[in-house]
Amino acid sequence: MDMLSWTGNLGPILNPLMLAAAVVFILGFLGQVILSFAGIRPGEVVINPDRTMSVVRTPSDYMLMAMKYAVLLFLTCCVVYIFGGIVQPELEDRGILGQLGRQFLPVWIALIVLYAVSIVFKRRLGLYGKLFDNPIGMVGFGLVMFWIFTAVFSTLVATHGPIDVISQMRNELPGTYLPSGEEGEFPVYLLGGDSLGRDVFSRMVYGAVSVLRIAPLATLFAFMVGVSLGLPAGYFGGKIDTIVSFIANLVLAFPVILLFYLLVTPEIVAAGIPVAMAAVLFIFPILFFVVLFNSRFHTQQGTRNILVAIVLIVGFWLYFSLLSDPDPDSPVRFVPSAIDVIDIPGNLLIVFVSVVFVNSPTVFRIVRGIVLDVQTRDYVAAAQTRGEGPWYIMLWEILPNARGPLIVDFCLRIGYTTILLGTLGFFGLGVSPESPDWGSTINDGRRLLTVYPHPPLPPALALMTLVLGLNLLADGLREESLKD
Amino acid sequence: MGLFILKRIGVMALTALCLTFIVFYLTNLAPNLEKLAKTQGNARMTDEQVESWLARNGYDQPIVSRYGEWLGIVPGWTRVDPETSELTGRCIDPGMDPETAPTYCGVLQGDFGYSTVSDDEVAAIIGGRLLLTGKLMFWAFVIMVPAALVVGVLAGMREGSRLDRSLSTFAIATTATPEYVSGVIFIVLLASSQAGLSPLLTEWGWIDGPTLFLGSARSAMDDANIWNFTLPVMTIALYGMGYIARMTRASMAEVMTAQYIRTARLKGVSFRNIVLKHALRNALIAPFTVIMLQFPWLLTGVVIVETLFNYNGFGWTLVQAAGNNDIELLLAVSIVAVIVVLTTQLISDIGYVFLNPRIRIS
Repeated sequence: MDMLSWTGNLGPILNPLMLAAAVVFILGFLGQVILSFAGIRPGEVVINPDRTMSVVRTPSDYMLMAMKYAVLLFLTCCVVYIFGGIVQPELEDRGILGQLGRQFLPVWIALIVLYAVSIVFKRRLGLYGKLFDNPIGMVGFGLVMFWIFTAVFSTLVATHGPIDVISQMRNELPGTYLPSGEEGEFPVYLLGGDSLGRDVFSRMVYGAVSVLRIAPLATLFAFMVGVSLGLPAGYFGGKIDTIVSFIANLVLAFPVILLFYLLVTPEIVAAGIPVAMAAVLFIFPILFFVVLFNSRFHTQQGTRNILVAIVLIVGFWLYFSLLSDPDPDSPVRFVPSAIDVIDIPGNLLIVFVSVVFVNSPTVFRIVRGIVLDVQTRDYVAAAQTRGEGPWYIMLWEILPNARGPLIVDFCLRIGYTTILLGTLGFFGLGVSPESPDWGSTINDGRRLLTVYPHPPLPPALALMTLVLGLNLLADGLREESLKD
Repeated sequence: MGLFILKRIGVMALTALCLTFIVFYLTNLAPNLEKLAKTQGNARMTDEQVESWLARNGYDQPIVSRYGEWLGIVPGWTRVDPETSELTGRCIDPGMDPETAPTYCGVLQGDFGYSTVSDDEVAAIIGGRLLLTGKLMFWAFVIMVPAALVVGVLAGMREGSRLDRSLSTFAIATTATPEYVSGVIFIVLLASSQAGLSPLLTEWGWIDGPTLFLGSARSAMDDANIWNFTLPVMTIALYGMGYIARMTRASMAEVMTAQYIRTARLKGVSFRNIVLKHALRNALIAPFTVIMLQFPWLLTGVVIVETLFNYNGFGWTLVQAAGNNDIELLLAVSIVAVIVVLTTQLISDIGYVFLNPRIRIS
């Protein structure tokens, strides 16, 4: 049967345009480089004697202009492809690109709404609003939100299930029609089939869900651990600092990949080491919140008791239901299944723990460094003179003032965690072999890479754009927060 | 200064001890030993047989004393078989006269043990593999460091300029592309006979072979050339490059705002001379530390790249040892890795003090 073409109806019109734009851009870039070696720079503003300003355009300026319009033309073509995909009625007319644009329709709408609302109200939104003054930050935020919305609307975006196997579709190229045209089933594998005959596109979309479910949460836990240890280490110094810093350096000196292999192998899982580590690491968030509320409200016994009680009850309930295994024969089974709300399947807990464990020492070092710096400020001295306790000063005076660098690092670290998760998947240590997460999919596809290049490419590009988006977002946030 | 170095070396030794003990403990957990017994002896052993096998091979002692034996500070175990009254021991290799066998045989004596999977002395395996990885790392560094420094200096010398914007974006993009992504993209783009540039170039008659580069570096182990070694080296270099470039840019941008640079400008020194003679030396202090600290990162990268490109170096050995429960090989691999990481940290600390005379160690 015929294949669905990449570009559909619009291809003959838009492809030459895009090619021309690319050629103009490359020529402009090369010309620009040659001109700058020849000593011709863009024209500079000259103030005339009559107090007007003028710019003499040099060839370099024209080159830059051509490059700018080439980029704009290219982007316009992309938008036309997406729009064309949305409005054209027939699948053959839309082509793969148009259909992809159409599948992502909920994501586009959500993005447009989010950007419109945010830009209208940006003056009232604090640091988040300022992000929209920064082009780099906006692009980064857009990329991140694109994947978040994709994960949210994954059931609408994906064309097939993540583990739906159609064995005739093994390693088929992008745009191949399904052999049986069943009613209600999407008739094409848009980005081809993988080595087992699953839809590459849908697996990429569901991969976003699986990655975005773990990475931010793991980073958050790593931050809880890092902050809870870094604050006292930096504030008190002395023995606590020496010991915790030594342990942090110990973990940092461990080659990450070796640590993963040691933690994730079935024998060590059977010995219960990861669960024990989870038991230690997951206690930190509870400690953090208890100390947080206690230090603030310890003068108002009533409020304090209520808050601490809530934290303890909810915290320990989640803690034990997180740790306990739903399997009735398992040794780690603390709570009856009636109140066991969180069931973490298979390897997920182990992967989660290892990622938190690897990330928290770096967070610890950052927090400790910031505390050492902020500690010398006047408001800390003022709080000390007022007679505030050390934990109040750490959590309510120092921590809020350290939020700028911490938010930036949080964004960067989610990206790094995503890369780590991908690494785990790449070595086959990931959540499960069936899981559609990007690292595992890349690993599945790499064996036949030179013959069938299409299965690992979409998840690879997806991972790259998400991490790039997070990096750009962090860069934009850093620039904007430094402007104050 | 001498005291500082001594103290650092002391901490380093302590760290190495702790880390190797952790690895030793984790690889010698009961389930691991059981698996070892079953792979070495018989897959269908009963629990008693497993225990007697472990006892026969000295695995029944407390973990600390076994760690001491492995390290070479506790005498190796010896055991007289009750039935044959044959003397066996840790330091008594098969066929060796028990009388002449040494008392201590551990890492400190240079005895890394025996790899159960490769059927060879660990020391022999590790040496060759390290050389191969050294070759890969060397070329990666040769590409990465100069390229990163040039990018960083060019971007940092005029902060906020168009050049800075484009180079910074490039640097961010490379840090956002882990090795397993860039490696896959490189292979598809340059080393696949089905897609990317190679079919196009073959059609035009620009290249002789089917592909521009080779997607597997197996042949590069004996005979590395541009065709089979470019992609792994590029893949490693690219990921590390962005980070060094960003550090260099930040450091350069900071130096360019310093008073003495302004003075030089006001005196009429040309921009080229300012950058090359005045700014560059001070701007390169910070990247030095970063380059040294890149080693642990590169280690992970090396493992990924060697797996992806089938290059049987150190990283590949690590994966094999960890995957096959090859305890002594894994221990040796981890001790080498830990020592590499700690040494580079030490060099970076000491080098920083030497390069920056404003820092005094009391």
